[in-house]
Amino acid sequence: MANKENFVNVFIMGKGYKVPAEATIMGAMEYAGYQIKRGAGCREGFCGACATVYRLPGDYKIYTGLACTTMVEKDMWLSQLPAIPAHKSIYDINKIEPNVATIQKLYPEVFRCVACNSCTKACPQDLEVMDYIQAAKRGDIEAVMDLSFDCLCCGLCAIRCPAEIVQFNVGILAKRLYGKYLAPKSKELNIRIKEIKKNIYDKEYNDLMTANKEDLEKQYYARDMEK
Amino acid sequence: MYPDYMSKSLNKVIQTRNKRFELAKSEKPVFPPMSAKERDEVLNKFHPDYKKESRRKINIGPNKGEMLTTEVADILESHSRIKPESFDLSKPDYETDILIIGGGGGGSAAAITAIKNGAKCLISTKLRLGDANSMMSQGGMQAAITKQDPPTRHYLDVIGGGHFDNKPELVRPLTEEGPEVANWLEELGVVWDKLDDTSLQVLHGGGTSRKRMLSSRDYTGAIIMRTLMDEVRNHPNKINVLEFMPTVELILDEQGKCAGGVLYNLETEEYFTVRAKATIITTGGYGRLHIRGFDTTNHYGATGDGLVIAYRTGGKLLYMDSVQYHPTGSVFPEQIAGFLITEKIRGAGGQPINKDGELFVFPREPRDVESSAFIRECLERKNGIKTPQGRVGVWLDSPLIEMLQGEGYIKKQFPAMLRQFIRYDIDITKEPMLVFPSLHYQNGGIEINEKCESNIPGLYVAGEASGGVHGRNRLMGNSVLDYNVFGRRAGKYASTYIKSVKLSKLSLDHINRYEKELKSAGIRTDRISPVLLPSYTPEDVRKRQLTAKYEGTLR
Ligand SMILES: Cc1cc2nc3c(=O)[nH]c(=O)nc-3n(C[C@H](O)[C@H](O)[C@H](O)COP(=O)(O)OP(=O)(O)OC[C@H]3O[C@@H](n4cnc5c(N)ncnc54)[C@H](O)[C@@H]3O)c2cc1C
Ligand code: FES
Repeated sequence: MANKENFVNVFIMGKGYKVPAEATIMGAMEYAGYQIKRGAGCREGFCGACATVYRLPGDYKIYTGLACTTMVEKDMWLSQLPAIPAHKSIYDINKIEPNVATIQKLYPEVFRCVACNSCTKACPQDLEVMDYIQAAKRGDIEAVMDLSFDCLCCGLCAIRCPAEIVQFNVGILAKRLYGKYLAPKSKELNIRIKEIKKNIYDKEYNDLMTANKEDLEKQYYARDMEK
Repeated sequence: MYPDYMSKSLNKVIQTRNKRFELAKSEKPVFPPMSAKERDEVLNKFHPDYKKESRRKINIGPNKGEMLTTEVADILESHSRIKPESFDLSKPDYETDILIIGGGGGGSAAAITAIKNGAKCLISTKLRLGDANSMMSQGGMQAAITKQDPPTRHYLDVIGGGHFDNKPELVRPLTEEGPEVANWLEELGVVWDKLDDTSLQVLHGGGTSRKRMLSSRDYTGAIIMRTLMDEVRNHPNKINVLEFMPTVELILDEQGKCAGGVLYNLETEEYFTVRAKATIITTGGYGRLHIRGFDTTNHYGATGDGLVIAYRTGGKLLYMDSVQYHPTGSVFPEQIAGFLITEKIRGAGGQPINKDGELFVFPREPRDVESSAFIRECLERKNGIKTPQGRVGVWLDSPLIEMLQGEGYIKKQFPAMLRQFIRYDIDITKEPMLVFPSLHYQNGGIEINEKCESNIPGLYVAGEASGGVHGRNRLMGNSVLDYNVFGRRAGKYASTYIKSVKLSKLSLDHINRYEKELKSAGIRTDRISPVLLPSYTPEDVRKRQLTAKYEGTLR
């Protein structure tokens, strides 16, 4: 860690530790001597394993963040959440439709949303969580997909939600529905798949696979580059 | 925010930007790509693999006598966590058709495919399902789909990038099944980036001669992984997922066929046995071994476990002398040191720039060449920029992307990157990033054939844990493709194999044999593997843990 003199006090689950002022919460816990088992995955802000809640002195608010990307602050009182209980509906992706009826059936609690915005406030990615839940209520699958795209499924929205919605699973459902049913299909891709099925590249492949190294090298370094 | 002392160099980047922009817009290459000879030179002199201490001879096991990456040789020449005699293998705790070790992308793709063929699967995974390198890929997946890009062109790019060491019978399915995989993923619900005319967006990556990188903004891995996980969870009766239950050894039968594994509950510290007709290793890579002391882009559980457990059964490794360092790991701010800056940044026109504001290498050389050129620029030519913590790096000019692709492009295509830096008051639409190579990928692994079979009957391997697909250097976007193509293949071939295989009595004798081999090779060590998790406990804390016993890195 950077500057040896620069330390702050933090309370990890209520217990005080001196940790480097420039540490992330995750770094601070490890510095204090914790061997993390639950609560660390990617360590770079992609997996959502490290949901953390904290309070700051003289401030009534409860804050949320990712341990791997949130820096410690002086006298921060923090606790990592080892796991977030959340239900996921079981469904056959081939047998559902991209509309509001599917949302009603699989996640009916979405319609209990009271628009309090607690989810949005809790989101460490700064997503408009409430807006996508509202979009889900309207059956606007594309908007849910777009607004929930960067969701890490850390679950902080779900534990703050007074309507007990599991927002991130609604987001995953919507993304899958969009990708499968609503996204415009690529013609090129279909053509290529058909070509391959017809084995039209067999000869070229055979030539490449039996070519000796010098030959391959020649072809490789002579290849033209698409701009 | 960058410290004041860097502003002189930052200004130079700004000063040269217009000229570089004009060149990038023209038909000419922005910098001449290296010839074969120039590549060799820079690799030999600057790639960390080519340093003498980077490799050492392995003294036991199927690769005995070969030079391997030192840290890999170390985890192979280590003791097992278990004593075979503690287990009653006649009463396994779990029985299943296929044991899948590793709940990342490869493992999930294998499970989804295997159940289609009627097999029941058990996934043993170290952390949560999806806590894996697969969750983290940002840039994209290669697939040859455009008219100007036949799959055979993809083949040529792959095999040249791998220095012609790749196994041809693996490169063919990798490239030929790319379009099919892209479609399969879309049918499962993956949201690909599309252009207004509905075609798939394709971009360049390092070492590509055609644009063929498909992406989902810069959350490609997260989108694919979460889709696959969701699908796995939609089949609770066919796929049993055991989280925080890594596999620490394989079990064989008396004929030497792979017949399951020993699992370790990280939380209760109990061991469990699984009897399985076939086993698939999809444990991913080894970045958390911090090879040569490098920072890593990898997830917390990437400790090369699959290599160890396979090696103890006699599984052969291939190309375990070659490590991939990603050219653009972050070096500033300190909190995100080692984090990955996706190659898609260079694919979209971002350029590596030295302290004087000059482009010093073609931005899209294959990774090992590009990384070596960065190291040369910093260490030999002294044209790097030092951070307050003493790291050194070169600029990665991202604002140029906004000039080339239009304003707002970064926000739309790189939300993760933008977010990563804005937390530290660096706006990458206006300022460049500071980068240096970071430990990224395990190029080699357990050798497989096109059916994902290892040399141990009943033991299949797919994804980053396998060896041969990428030769000694993987290109960007081919690993996401790899775990999908070969994850599916492993699921397919293993679920066919189980229909006829007959297992005999289960055995862990190979562990005893391995211990004997260690002893007769004169290896005296207290190392224990698989490593499972790295430890970042400071030395002074460890010294006070008087009553703790460490087994490897874990207390
Ligand atoms: C930051 C980053 C960005 C990347 N970007 C790209 C990209 O843009 N394009 C590209 O093609 N590739 C990219 N890659 C590489 C690519 O993501 C990985 O190589 C690929 O996802 C590996 O998939 P896998 O299924 O083989 O392994 P993983 O996805 O890593 O899964 C391995 C799983 O096995 C588990 N495991 C490990 N040991 C054990 C054990 N003993 N028992 C049980 N389970 C175990 C792990 O916890 C993990 O869940 C990137 C990698 C990283 C780290
Ligand atoms: S550890 Fe993955 S988001 Fe923090």
